[in-house]
Amino acid sequence: MRLSGAEITIQCLQEEGVEFVFGYPGGAVLYIYDALFSQDKVRHILVRHEQAALHAADAYARASGRCGVALVTSGPGVTNAVTGIATAYMDSIPMVIISGQVPTPAIGLDAFQEVDTVGITRPCVKHNFLVKNVDDLAVTIKKAFYVAMSGRPGPVLVDIPKDVSQHMAEFSYPKSVTMRSYNPVTKGHSGQIKKAVQMLLEAKRPMIYAGGGVILGNGSEQLTRLVKRLGYPCTNTLMGLGAYPATDPQFVGMLGMHGTYEANLAMQNCDVLLAIGARFDDRVIGNPEHFCSQERRIVHVDIDPSSISKRVRVDVPIVGNIVDVLDEMQKHLDASEVKPDAVALKDWWKQIDAWRARDCLKYDRNSPIIKPQYVVEKLYEVTHGDAIITSDVGQHQMWAAQYYKFDKPRRWLNSGGLGTMGFGLPAAMGAQMAFPDATVACVTGEASIQMCIQELSTCKQYHLPVKIVNLNNRYLGMVRQWQQILHGNRYSESYMDALPDFVKLAESYGHVGFKIENPADVEPILREAFALKDRVVFMDFITDQTENVFPMVKAGKGLSEMLLGSEDL
Amino acid sequence: MIMENNTSMRHILSLLLENESGALSRVAGLFSARGYNIESLTVAPTEDPTLSRMTIVTSGSQEVIEQITKQVNKLIDVVKVFDLNEGRYIERELMLVKVRAEGSEREELKRTADIFRGRVIDVTDRTYTIELTGPRDKLDAFLEAIDRSQILETVRTGASGIGRGEWILRV
Ligand SMILES: Cc1ncc(C[n+]2csc(CCOP(=O)(O)OP(=O)(O)O)c2C)c(N)n1
Repeated sequence: MRLSGAEITIQCLQEEGVEFVFGYPGGAVLYIYDALFSQDKVRHILVRHEQAALHAADAYARASGRCGVALVTSGPGVTNAVTGIATAYMDSIPMVIISGQVPTPAIGLDAFQEVDTVGITRPCVKHNFLVKNVDDLAVTIKKAFYVAMSGRPGPVLVDIPKDVSQHMAEFSYPKSVTMRSYNPVTKGHSGQIKKAVQMLLEAKRPMIYAGGGVILGNGSEQLTRLVKRLGYPCTNTLMGLGAYPATDPQFVGMLGMHGTYEANLAMQNCDVLLAIGARFDDRVIGNPEHFCSQERRIVHVDIDPSSISKRVRVDVPIVGNIVDVLDEMQKHLDASEVKPDAVALKDWWKQIDAWRARDCLKYDRNSPIIKPQYVVEKLYEVTHGDAIITSDVGQHQMWAAQYYKFDKPRRWLNSGGLGTMGFGLPAAMGAQMAFPDATVACVTGEASIQMCIQELSTCKQYHLPVKIVNLNNRYLGMVRQWQQILHGNRYSESYMDALPDFVKLAESYGHVGFKIENPADVEPILREAFALKDRVVFMDFITDQTENVFPMVKAGKGLSEMLLGSEDL
Repeated sequence: MIMENNTSMRHILSLLLENESGALSRVAGLFSARGYNIESLTVAPTEDPTLSRMTIVTSGSQEVIEQITKQVNKLIDVVKVFDLNEGRYIERELMLVKVRAEGSEREELKRTADIFRGRVIDVTDRTYTIELTGPRDKLDAFLEAIDRSQILETVRTGASGIGRGEWILRV
């Protein structure tokens, strides 16, 4: 079958079972848009800014476990997309980005809307391709999906010059591809796994630390089974929330810079640590020297060998697919005569419960001003803990992570690695596309929401009834918090002046808006909003301006050096 | 245990990579993005034209070198990576030096070049161009052996390395 490059591109997406392409047209992709027009298998979602196309495709992937797909034009289309590509890259999200490029003869001549896309995106993609010949197009797209989805996932970009999308070629989609230079490991080393299990069974103060890799590797079930069987405490990173059920008593909360007292102290004081799909990053362990000043043995399971022994040297590295490794651990446990040390474990839990008794997430529940934590707690209740929650970046993100208890994976979608303000609303759209019947809410701040506010229009066009929970403190709250704690209360450029009337703004896009100023109205409004199943509702909660996120480990400090409240400042 | 900041050592990494446009910039970009040292980098196609062989001379602690190897391996265009320092190896570099050679200097330079097994490959009334190959320190030693003020221009390729004996790096 002879097809144009543009038709081949769309055929490939169909063959990959792609449901949605999030994108924005332009000169270099006109043939591709023409090919989209004459079919109805792949649905195109027209966003209002390319950054949002990337975030929406990214969140579609996070929520569904499938590959996200975005389509942008050359030049400014690509540069607008870069923030979204980097966001996905930092969180290892599988995506294929198709970008238009100026025609091959014009490349390098500073043509209209030309940028070196492969060069600009190279440091923030898992891989990228420039297709110079239409005969290579189908196999390149096949490779792109394969690379994006296998091993440690990530975004892969395919740059298609306009003439390549116009030229004709014989089309056949390869069933599979092999690449001699790319062979991701899957099965972990059996000897290492056995050693790891022995070490775990010798522990007196064990701890299990699971990150986003468990969610990406669909290993929540295996993780939960292992933790339950051993009776050990478990913590999740910001990216890992939902990997282990938050309402389970063995869950000690999120760890890290804004982790719970009990999670951080258990992490610091354990004698054997099992790290799974996590990478000991600076927001998690704080100062690595402080972390390592405590003797402990570490088992680290990850699909990416370069994540192991990067910041902290580990004793038993296991490179492999999480599901396979955890299944094999279970087999060794079945065969082992040794059982966890019940006496030591009892003492350890006693210690952890004592830390828990500090109730580090307490806040003033009688405040006459709306406390942001209260809004998230009520959001949790009203949605029965069963919503998909997206978030932006700042204090509101941390409160959502701390107070919404995620019992299932792929329910908490946030930009953990890059920390991209503007992620929340387009991410909610992507999640809603993936699950049209799900309750989707975006917990955001008045600053972050304005970074992609134009997407309210996309929500209208595609009937995406996402709920926006705006924790409006009139500040770049997280910036203000750092300025208060680390910069002598000098609030340099962190006040959000000249805010729009969010209710009217929502209404102007055809949505419903509420402004909530009284704590007593929080729950009723949330109920009313979530009852409006087919409408976008923008809830503008006017919250306490001075509230800070606690616990807090200041940058460069150790995990056990937490500030627990304003009395510690 | 924290990553030890033990002493920095010179390492020679040998890579086989797809002979595709952009492959070199992926490797070079990785080194600059992650702040790794590059002392030299050489690359050329192999007997199989779809593959290039690259030699990178770098330095760092054992941990840093381990990270470099892992990160390089992760690049999709890289087929194989080997740290030559893990075995015995041979390293060679080519240097072309243009030197001022007038009067009595000419004999003297010729003699020094001979000692280093260098060859004079171009001559004018006032200059010699000398070709030398060897490991880095031999080339350094030659430059130290002659009068600095005589050196007009030097061109060095950077090291190429290969394992000793029957050990081979191939796909
Ligand atoms: C694109 C981008 N620019 C700047 C920052 C730095 N930053 C982190 S949090 C924050 C403030 C966010 O304010 P808001 O959205 O109102 O949330 P709050 O912290 O008040 O809850 C800023 C500016 C960022 N993360 N992303």
